[in-house]
Amino acid sequence: MKYVDEFRDGDKARQLAACIKAEARPERAYRLMEFCGGHTHAIFRYGLPDLLPENVQLIHGPGCPVCVLPIARLDKAIALARHPEVILCTYGDLLRVPASNRQTLLKTKAEGADIRMLYSPLEALKLAEDNPTREVVFLAIGFETTTPPTALLVEHARQRGLSNLSIFCNHVLTPPAMHAILASPESEAGMLQLHGFIGPAHVSTVIGSQAYAEFPARYGTPVVIAGFEPLDVLQALLMLVRQLNQGRSEVENQFTRAVTEQGNLKARALMDQVFELRSTFEWRGLGFLPDSALQLRPEYAAFDAERRFELPELPAQEHKACECPAILRGAKRPQDCRLFGTACTPANPLGSCMVSSEGACAAYYTYGRHLRAAGAQ
Amino acid sequence: MALNLNGCVEMIHGGGGRASAELIRELFAQAFDNEWLNQGNDQAQFTLPAGQVVMATDSHVIAPLFFPGGDIGSLSVHGTLNDVAMSGAKPCYLAASFILEEGFPLADLKRIVDSMAKASREAGVPIVTGDTKVVERGKGDGVFITTTGVGVVPEGLYLSGDQARPGDKILISGSIGDHGVTILSLREGLGFEADIGSDSQNLALLVAAMLEAVPSIRCLRDPTRGGLGNTLNELAQQSGVGMQLEEAAIPVREPVRAACEFLGLDPLYVANEGKLIAICPAEHAEQLLAVMRAHPLGQQAAIIGTVQEDAQQFVQMRTQFGGQRMVDWLNGEQLPRIC
Repeated sequence: MKYVDEFRDGDKARQLAACIKAEARPERAYRLMEFCGGHTHAIFRYGLPDLLPENVQLIHGPGCPVCVLPIARLDKAIALARHPEVILCTYGDLLRVPASNRQTLLKTKAEGADIRMLYSPLEALKLAEDNPTREVVFLAIGFETTTPPTALLVEHARQRGLSNLSIFCNHVLTPPAMHAILASPESEAGMLQLHGFIGPAHVSTVIGSQAYAEFPARYGTPVVIAGFEPLDVLQALLMLVRQLNQGRSEVENQFTRAVTEQGNLKARALMDQVFELRSTFEWRGLGFLPDSALQLRPEYAAFDAERRFELPELPAQEHKACECPAILRGAKRPQDCRLFGTACTPANPLGSCMVSSEGACAAYYTYGRHLRAAGAQ
Repeated sequence: MALNLNGCVEMIHGGGGRASAELIRELFAQAFDNEWLNQGNDQAQFTLPAGQVVMATDSHVIAPLFFPGGDIGSLSVHGTLNDVAMSGAKPCYLAASFILEEGFPLADLKRIVDSMAKASREAGVPIVTGDTKVVERGKGDGVFITTTGVGVVPEGLYLSGDQARPGDKILISGSIGDHGVTILSLREGLGFEADIGSDSQNLALLVAAMLEAVPSIRCLRDPTRGGLGNTLNELAQQSGVGMQLEEAAIPVREPVRAACEFLGLDPLYVANEGKLIAICPAEHAEQLLAVMRAHPLGQQAAIIGTVQEDAQQFVQMRTQFGGQRMVDWLNGEQLPRIC
């Protein structure tokens, strides 16, 4: 088992697709949201929409870390990077995201700021040790998947007594965003018609399947946790169709090879040791959500870039016609935005959903444009 | 006075005086050694066989300079030879221009120059003229090499990126992504080891064998930067056609696939330095495939798709999974995904 091809088997895919087609009742719609950008990416990369019956519809969720980062936070990161003593380091995905006035970290780098791309947050430790006269700031973003590595970075920095390393924390939490979608104006007005969630893969390895118990209980919305491979997604869709057909609403786990009920206890303990809840945090598309993001605990305040640096409160400027917010709530599809594919393309993104390969607009543009050309949905 | 190979490049090596002459004589001329270069002129004079003359140039900047399967020297020779060869030409002569950074170890430079000399001798294409400049420390990345090649296309042959026609078959000469993943695996901080090397090689002999057997080949191109995905989009646009690929047919080596999975990259967009794409009429595709597979540089060759009519010039692919997706132009560099 190499975990590369086993979950991409075309024959098994056709069998699963045939089951979904046979079991999905023609008289009803199955509107199912894949929360994670990782799923969105897999869905388009492997051409899954082609395999599904018309009444099984996928709605793309907000689980793309760079997509939900509000412009105001990115503006702050850019301001931070412009401090001459700062080396700002972060993940590659974030570098091309447009902030106010279409400024990006890449442009800021070209203008002279010292911005480095990391593959692992722990590389920041070496950067800080190698550059004792500089201030190394890790621009930390992502859901529960990338939070434990950031926590580890901070803990290592504390143990090594590094005084020139800090993090600009933008870590957010998955369950509050799922709540926000179910409680969104579109959802309450009956416009969203969301019948079930494909639950996150990597996030769930950390937080466990127990974290979603409230969605079936409170909203009657089933959740099936799925891996990021295309067969995982198809199997999860079949499981959701079956739950809905049988009138069940439960948390089910398709991704049993990696997700347990409790998740990764060690990672959760580390997160808990280093981070605490923010009372509120802005999400692109979802607005300010209470208890939806993390900040460093007071014991780790020395590593908090927000306390170490004066960060300007700039009025953020979103592009007026950009539909990223509605797309992130699942209320609109990428192709519903009038900028999509015309003014806004991956080469020239106006909104964050067009940047990351996990963003719904970029995934649809890059892999699925032929669908629209062929007149399909 | 002999050149001290324990030393390093100094500004005076680019000054045009005695030190420059010494560097050229003892390092470049000695390694490249051919009648044209040995004339010691600022240009090379030569005659070319009959046919259409082809010229290509390529600048090489790469970190690290040395990697499994090659170095910037061999790469700078192969890169330009291949660009010339993709026209169907037999490469005849090369020129090489160096930008050296002050402080660069002369021993490393010698290693690079020797590697260029070896690649050029193996290809039977001499480096007949060149130039060297030195920039201050911090203003270069060790060494940059620009090579220019001249070749001649035999009478009656015309290969061009605008010649693909609906119905034609698309072939690749071997596995994709080896070069790019090798370079990535050596970059600082990535922390993975893969049992792979760059595929950097001279494709001219493979091209000659292919054209001899199947002169109806419409176009050839080596999918270097931007990989197979970008190069096919270039060809589709030039020819005003669409393309339909079969993912299952595209050869990707196991370590390359694993590394791409791990980093969130798509091998379709990872660089190659020793592979070519060929497009030919469908009725000759099997014959071309057989010729390629019989050649040492094309053993893993495969027919990977078909050219089709498409006003939008989309390159599409039937995934291994049975679905259909676009293979779009790449935007900037491929960036690893967050989760």
